[in-house]
Amino acid sequence: MVRIENLTKRYGKSVAVNEISLTIKAGEILVLLGGSGSGKTTTLKMINRLIDPTSGRIFLDGADVTAVEPHQLRRRIGYVFQQVGLFPHMTVAENVAITPSLLGWDKDRTHKRVNELLELVELDPTIMRNRNPSELSGGQQQRVGVARALAAKPNVMLLDEPFGALDPLTRSRLQDSFVRICRRTGVTSVFVSHDIVEALVLGDRIGVMENGRLIQVGTPRELMCHPVNDYVQQLISTPQRQASIVDALLKRET
Amino acid sequence: MSEQLSLLPNYLTAHLQLTLLALFFSTALSLPLGIMITRVRWLEQPVLAIAAVIQTIPSLALLAIMVVILASLQLQSIGFLPAIIGLTLYGILPVLRNTVTAITNVDPALKEAAKGVGMTSLQQLRRVELPMAMPIIVAGVRTSTVLVVGIATLSTPVGATSLGNYIFSGLQTRNFTAVLVGCVGAAVLALVLDGLVRAIEVSVRNRHRTGLLLSLSLLGTLYAYTLITLASDFRREGPDPVTIGSKTFTEQYILSELMAQQIEQTTGNLTRVVQSLGSTVAFNALESGEIDLYVDYSGTIWTTIMGRNNFPSDKIGVLYRIKQFLQTEHDISLVGVLGFENAYTLAMREQQAESLDIRRTSDLIPHASRLSIGSDYEFFAREEWAIIQQEYGLNFANFRSMDSSLMYQAVTQGTVDVISAFSTDGRIAALNLRILEDDLHVIPPYDAVMLANGKFVRERPQVITALQYLGNTIDANLMQRMNLKVDEQGLSPSEVAETFLRTLDSYETRATVTNP
Repeated sequence: MVRIENLTKRYGKSVAVNEISLTIKAGEILVLLGGSGSGKTTTLKMINRLIDPTSGRIFLDGADVTAVEPHQLRRRIGYVFQQVGLFPHMTVAENVAITPSLLGWDKDRTHKRVNELLELVELDPTIMRNRNPSELSGGQQQRVGVARALAAKPNVMLLDEPFGALDPLTRSRLQDSFVRICRRTGVTSVFVSHDIVEALVLGDRIGVMENGRLIQVGTPRELMCHPVNDYVQQLISTPQRQASIVDALLKRET
Repeated sequence: MSEQLSLLPNYLTAHLQLTLLALFFSTALSLPLGIMITRVRWLEQPVLAIAAVIQTIPSLALLAIMVVILASLQLQSIGFLPAIIGLTLYGILPVLRNTVTAITNVDPALKEAAKGVGMTSLQQLRRVELPMAMPIIVAGVRTSTVLVVGIATLSTPVGATSLGNYIFSGLQTRNFTAVLVGCVGAAVLALVLDGLVRAIEVSVRNRHRTGLLLSLSLLGTLYAYTLITLASDFRREGPDPVTIGSKTFTEQYILSELMAQQIEQTTGNLTRVVQSLGSTVAFNALESGEIDLYVDYSGTIWTTIMGRNNFPSDKIGVLYRIKQFLQTEHDISLVGVLGFENAYTLAMREQQAESLDIRRTSDLIPHASRLSIGSDYEFFAREEWAIIQQEYGLNFANFRSMDSSLMYQAVTQGTVDVISAFSTDGRIAALNLRILEDDLHVIPPYDAVMLANGKFVRERPQVITALQYLGNTIDANLMQRMNLKVDEQGLSPSEVAETFLRTLDSYETRATVTNP
């Protein structure tokens, strides 16, 4: 469980994140949705202290995140990077085993865990373990990225637009896998996205951000039925609007 | 050739010692320094600027500066130490700059990922930044390797043996086989070391265990060899070898060999010749005891060490005063005169001198403004030249400084008209040059004298006795012929010295037989 209280981040005079308060429930997938510059990634990075907040507090399972050293905190929080961020000089297995090795797990336990994780993200360990990241497709790379984030059995996983650079089919497959993985592991996820379809598909709840403010949080249905303003209303109805355009086009063809 | 090759193990070992140690030190210094710069960013500009400045100092000058600095710190200023420090400094910049560039240019996304998975700052460096930067850092080490192997040949003039001994003595004595052996040796060594560093890097990158093991053990063997030979140099049993210095010209190579052989044959002491020292480097080294003996010339001591600018032509008086001066001021003992003078003298092509009707230096006066003069690096800066110009009122059209071995070639080819020759140089006669008499007697006498460190004289009197035996045995004519044998006939200084001693012995034997 993650609790965010009055979180603010200023860079000089500009305010990147403005007084955000939010609770993410255990086992939930919360999608932070917004355009570029909305403050969603900054919020995410403050949770594992890649960025220090100007003010406000964050609690992880009830404890203030500033109570432990940043690197120790990060080992307890999975993180999937926008640009994948697999280490090119390490094999797939070594990449996945990073956090366990930092935590000093023994060889056997790590080996088993890596196999288990590769299977979880639907990669064949016998084939994939000793590959270099450069030998993998974009989708495979990001599966490894998810496996790496989950390696040390974190309670919380943060994902920064992880599927943004993938083609639509691969993205869709990974989204499906991701939901399955979350349900199976019970991990609490904060997922940053600018894609409303992705938010609707993945999110138990969606937090809509604009100009550093969290303007509405709710289930897809709540957002659909009770949008707080025009922006949210426009945003949430985009997929249906686009679908009807596509529908119309297809009907005209036949 | 075979004689040159017999010197190779010795020179190559010395070169390897210099190179490997200097590379070790420069890498050990610049790698942490480079890493520190990437952490404390404001250090980058000043540190890199200092390293770049060191790099722009000409390498020969950098090594020579080390001699001065070490001497002022009362440390060993001739030999291994100045060479090692100079080479280490020279090897720093490539590794330093590549380390900084490589680490700064690691993909920021990877740096963030390293942080994000929970690495401490040190773990980020060790597990991500350094491995990612390694190829570029290794490229820097390889640049340094090639650079240092090459520059280590310049350790010879500061008294450290290296493959440069081949090159310096070869150039002076016109032995191009020696020069070639030195250059090829250095090139091969550079290629081997560079290849070894590269092999290590490739094996690491491709995780090739046997390759890594092989290349590392090869490099390890080289380092072990270096350390063992170095240690044995320092812990040599028995008395120290008698160390004899020589300056950078043929006559000095012959005379140093001659003294060495005489000492070995008569006293059984081991000897060591430190070749190709600069003129004042040799004197300072003698005074500090880093060399025990060398040959200098009375006029040189009179002008450069005693700083006199009046030049008495009274040979005996000059010798007497020099002996007194060296004894009291520098605790240096004048062991004996060899019997010849090697004076600075102006010389021209016979034909040109004849057509201009020039026989004496004063005959130059009306022609000087249309003539050019060439000289070694030292002469134009010396008191003698100032006096010659002043007393004769000579005003040459052109001045050219060049290596003394090239001076003779320059005058015979007409590149210059007049040179400041050495009177014992065999090439004066061989190349048909005319010596211009110093008719105003402004140049001091230059008797060749054997000098010894005072402490050495008190500790090893039997060596001095052996050397006194050489007193007055070489006249100018003989010295000219011996120089020519090396310069033009391709004999080595040690062969010439050996022949001389054998002849001397046979005279002596005959003398004892006929004169019991």
